[in-house]
Amino acid sequence: MNTLYRWPYENEFGKRETVTSDVLVLGGGLAGCYAAIAAARKGLSVVLVEKGATERSGAAGSGFDHWESACTNPCSKVTAKEIAEAYIEEQDYYSNGIAHYIECREGYDRLLDMESFGGKVRDTEDEFKGAEFRDNETKLMFAYDYANRFTLRVWGSTFKPALYKELLRLGVKVCDRTEATALLTAMENGKKRGAGAVGMNVRTGKLMVFRAKSTILAMSRPARVWLFNPDLVGLCEFRPPQSIGSGHAMGYRAGIEFTMMEKSVKGEFSAAGRSFPPYGTGNNHNTWYAATMVDARGVEIPYVNRDGVELKTVSERYYPAPGQKFFLKGGVIDEAKYEYRGPETLDFQELMRRGYELPFYADLSRMPEMERKVIWGVMVGEEGKTKIPILQNYTERGFDPEKHMLQSYGTGWQSASFLGQERQLFGAAGGLMHDWDLKTNIDGIYGAGDQLYASDCCGFAAATGYYAGRKAADYAASAELAPIDEGEVEKEKQRLYAPMYVEDGMDWRELNMAISKAMQNYCGGVKCRELLKEGLDLLESYEREAVPMLSCANPHELMRTHEVLDILEVSKLILNACLLRESSSRPLCFERSDFPEMDPKEDQCFITIRQENGQVVGGRVPHGYYGDVEEEYEKRNQDYIAEHGKMYPSAKSR
Amino acid sequence: METQLYAAKIPCSARPIVFDESLCVGCNRCANVCQVDIFIPNPEKGKPPVVLYPGECYYCGSCVMACPKKGAIRLVHPLMNQAKFVPVKGEASYG
Repeated sequence: MNTLYRWPYENEFGKRETVTSDVLVLGGGLAGCYAAIAAARKGLSVVLVEKGATERSGAAGSGFDHWESACTNPCSKVTAKEIAEAYIEEQDYYSNGIAHYIECREGYDRLLDMESFGGKVRDTEDEFKGAEFRDNETKLMFAYDYANRFTLRVWGSTFKPALYKELLRLGVKVCDRTEATALLTAMENGKKRGAGAVGMNVRTGKLMVFRAKSTILAMSRPARVWLFNPDLVGLCEFRPPQSIGSGHAMGYRAGIEFTMMEKSVKGEFSAAGRSFPPYGTGNNHNTWYAATMVDARGVEIPYVNRDGVELKTVSERYYPAPGQKFFLKGGVIDEAKYEYRGPETLDFQELMRRGYELPFYADLSRMPEMERKVIWGVMVGEEGKTKIPILQNYTERGFDPEKHMLQSYGTGWQSASFLGQERQLFGAAGGLMHDWDLKTNIDGIYGAGDQLYASDCCGFAAATGYYAGRKAADYAASAELAPIDEGEVEKEKQRLYAPMYVEDGMDWRELNMAISKAMQNYCGGVKCRELLKEGLDLLESYEREAVPMLSCANPHELMRTHEVLDILEVSKLILNACLLRESSSRPLCFERSDFPEMDPKEDQCFITIRQENGQVVGGRVPHGYYGDVEEEYEKRNQDYIAEHGKMYPSAKSR
Repeated sequence: METQLYAAKIPCSARPIVFDESLCVGCNRCANVCQVDIFIPNPEKGKPPVVLYPGECYYCGSCVMACPKKGAIRLVHPLMNQAKFVPVKGEASYG
């Protein structure tokens, strides 16, 4: 029998609260928290809006294990410019040069901030004293490239609670359990500018109106566009189910410009029915780098350097090849180009040719004790969704890394094989187009973290968050509040509440299922104009016919319904972006059967998309629009540079 | 719209969260920290929260981390997601 529960929270449908601040931050993940902290440190009033609970929300809510590109840490042998430019080149210039440079230049400062908030960033208990990956003076621990030491192993499970406490200490008004749903804009001297946002309390239904001088979009990239499972919704994608790209949807509705939205990749991570819990199978990538892998017979799988030379020791897996200065590995970079390629196990096809037998396993028992303990205990343990789901659960099931080996599925760290039409916005996905202030095309509206185009990992989120917070604060310091259009607020309220008034209508899952099936059919591995147009036509029919039928019973279900409306908006954005690129592109994983030519010179650029008066407007921006990253950064950040030595004396300047 | 709102449990094929009623003190720390908001407080004070939306669980473990009573709340992967491990084979070769 299915019990009917009385909704335990107050019914506040129809009530409205208006909150005013200098700076408004939408999204309380790493980027949003750091943005709020930066603005609050400048003495401005700050409001942060988070759909979940800031203490553990966002993609890094439960933790993360490594902090990439901390180039200014005292042990680093590389410069910020070197690594940022390597990323740009490695990604064939479909990379966010501005944001990557900010990450490389300021990321380590954010870790020092984190330490001052109470987060753990070094081996203070001397647990790994003497390990090859640890610097005995600073007690910092490094991952991947032990020679160049620019990626740090950190205790990320301590980070979100520490950030949350710091927000409260600084007097930031944190609105948890509040979804942001629409941006408010105003016309000023013939130009659009941000005026705030509308949202809803997802437990009570109260309408929230936020007025602010500047606004920072710090929400997630879109998800659940191609991949949906109505049974195990929480396992559909790699990121949390509420991180579905609402920031993209509201930005697109408001006229904000996006780029790289035509890029999607064949699914890599989806646990619903296909792959296993992330980081919970035998593999040797990312968190598990560079685990020893063996085949079914227990024969060790060789690691080779970029020149194909077999490596004899575990230690060698962490050093560049002869003649190579550094190598790149991490969230976005899996199989790097030759110039930046690090040690890797032999190619799968070659292993099959040589008679290696499936299944493969990760066998940590063969690794030196420190390497084993840091993979199983710190990396698996501090990485998001691993402390309880993997480390604790597997240990309770009897897994002992000295006695057991963990099975690998599929051929890589994806732990499953996907079909061409089962796609995701993974790797460096599309997002907000922005300038050197991380400002969008609308004055007073900034972006940070996963909402930016070609975003990356936690260091990226934290560094761009803090940077956007500074710039948005500077804008707010010299701006007045813009008037809000009550008609716009009323229209949004009607849109948000509508499904509460429909009886016996359609469940949000049915629409999500239909959208993802449509996207697989019309925006799969191979695309062409007619197919994309048919897809748009179908989605528009859903908008006309299915959306008015959506129905739900309480604010929680209403929040999920709003998410699907955003998924619908984002799907249209993606289809339109795909129509705008009339050629195919290898780095964008983009194949047009009607334009099969790969990466013609004239199309090697960022194609942008925005809406104006309901019409799609495309644009083109050259790859290197941001100029020399170091020079342009220094031109605009003299205030930060001047204080840097005093604020962060242990960090290198660049 | 009625003033009193209701919610029915939306069942799914898995049981991600298992409470030990003898240990749980009904403090609702898990319900307050869950970013997906899958729980509601139990109408009966002192009892474990109700897992209203088990299918939406993201399996992040934040609820277990927040629990003040060890063992009061457990996270359980769907059966199909329980990866296999076996005793080590062959000779160890320390690098």
